Amino acid sequence: MRTLSTFFWRRPYWYLALLLVPPLLWFGTVYLGSLLALLWQSFYSIDDFTAQVVREPTLATYRQLVTQPANVDVVVRTATMAIAVTLACAIIALPIATYMARYAHGRVKAFFYVGVMLPMWTSYLVKVYAWRQLLAKEGIIAWFFSKLGLAGVLDAALAMPAIGGPSLSSSYLGMFLVFVYMWLPFMILPMAAALERVPASLLQASADLGARPAQTFRNVVLPLAVPGIAAGSVFTFSLTLGDYIIPSVVGAPGYFIGMMVYVQQGTAGNIPLAAAFSVVPIVLIFVYLSIARRFGAFDAL
Amino acid sequence: MRSRARYRPDRPSWLIRGGAFAGLAFMHIPVLIIILYAFTTEDRTYQFPPPGLTLRWFHAAFARSDIWQSLSLSLAVAACATTLALILGTLAAFALARSRFTGKDALTVLFVLPIALPGIITGIALLAAMKLGGIDASFLTIVAGHATFCLVIVYNNVVARLRRLPASWVEASMDLGASGSQTLRYVLLPQVATAFLAGGMLAFALSFDEIIVTIFTAGKERTLPIWFFNELFRPRDRPVTNVVAVIVMAVTLVPIVLAYYLTRPDDEHETSR
Repeated sequence: MRTLSTFFWRRPYWYLALLLVPPLLWFGTVYLGSLLALLWQSFYSIDDFTAQVVREPTLATYRQLVTQPANVDVVVRTATMAIAVTLACAIIALPIATYMARYAHGRVKAFFYVGVMLPMWTSYLVKVYAWRQLLAKEGIIAWFFSKLGLAGVLDAALAMPAIGGPSLSSSYLGMFLVFVYMWLPFMILPMAAALERVPASLLQASADLGARPAQTFRNVVLPLAVPGIAAGSVFTFSLTLGDYIIPSVVGAPGYFIGMMVYVQQGTAGNIPLAAAFSVVPIVLIFVYLSIARRFGAFDAL
Repeated sequence: MRSRARYRPDRPSWLIRGGAFAGLAFMHIPVLIIILYAFTTEDRTYQFPPPGLTLRWFHAAFARSDIWQSLSLSLAVAACATTLALILGTLAAFALARSRFTGKDALTVLFVLPIALPGIITGIALLAAMKLGGIDASFLTIVAGHATFCLVIVYNNVVARLRRLPASWVEASMDLGASGSQTLRYVLLPQVATAFLAGGMLAFALSFDEIIVTIFTAGKERTLPIWFFNELFRPRDRPVTNVVAVIVMAVTLVPIVLAYYLTRPDDEHETSR
């Protein structure tokens, strides 16, 4: 045993190899292998007449993806939703993150951290299911609005073109609410972590130099929180792009990228198009990551 | 003349305080509502407020064999995936925590890819590979899919702990004459144990609750989340679904709360996914 450990101490690369081979073998075959298989299949195409997959490398599927307006619509719709959700999450998260990072102490602070993490880790499906009930026509949100005598406001919001619909549970507005709810903790936590790191002396200096609290917040705190916001936005953006459960459980009839992937591989049996569609979020996320990186997202993770 | 309020770091404006508490309420109300609905006497609509409260649906849910089957399948999958992830994730963490070699950065990125990319990509990729390789969906394919992202969770937890462990401890142990295995047993493992356990708990909870990848790799098998998902589109037994929702929440929350307390003393707010 002792000679064995001395052997590895002297030859660290052998030790490393011994540790790394099992996880890499697993990861390389199961995960990377699958990703490559996916990428490979996106270069196949489907025969329009026989509906069989033609196993010859071609760009036809990608051409179909970028030239058919319906497919482009799906990508644009998903990206728009992802950006809107990210912005809304950032706005809602800001007071929470600020309060828990800068003002709350002791028990209140612990209460806030647990309070943000519990819903984050609560079963995903249960949360979606809960929202389906909340948004239903006779559900609690409609009840709440009518109790307040504001039923007209809700109807007016639902009557709006593009985002409205027959009820909250079948409109983009409702879907947007659900997305914001689901990913909010993923924005709050990195943002709070970034705000925790703002030195108190900077705030005092700002106050001493005559800035009002709002000015200090805008000119000192906010710029320092940007890396945290960027880090959080990576999660909200990426999670919205790939989700297919929420758009199929709550929401308007228009397709989203995730649903497109799901439907194409399933009922439509068009694995090549599904594969090509799933490359879209990968590309979008890498573009987004490179932007977020400039704002210091990786320093705040 | 406008009075110039001095910046008081201990006194938030009402806007921040109000926004913070309202936001926290927003995050909890849906979950509380679902718990309330599990006890409602109304079984057809989502009527609010519930006309009455009952425990009837819990009896109904416990009598359903399909729920028990799905529950035990989910527990079995989570146990297998977690075990696999604990072994592989810990090995990877020990290898990558301190070492330096060419290609290490690429490996580090590789090991977070399954949670950085949307779950649907993992799902469709596994399906594409299964189709190419002629592998049928089964219990094993579900476990393989889950182990992939569970591994990342374990790896993240253990690697974070190892990086915080001062390198001098290992050197001191060796200098004092401990062998490699003694150092591992008396210095490294006691330090890593809680992170290892916490990673395992989170992985278990995540696997138990997973739907996005599972749909692609499950074939005809029905884990509890798949059972639940199907119910969403065929709302026949809505009250029973509500009860299952509460059960799922309870099963996932227990390991998560445990993991939180296991990692709390030194890395308080870092149980990130």
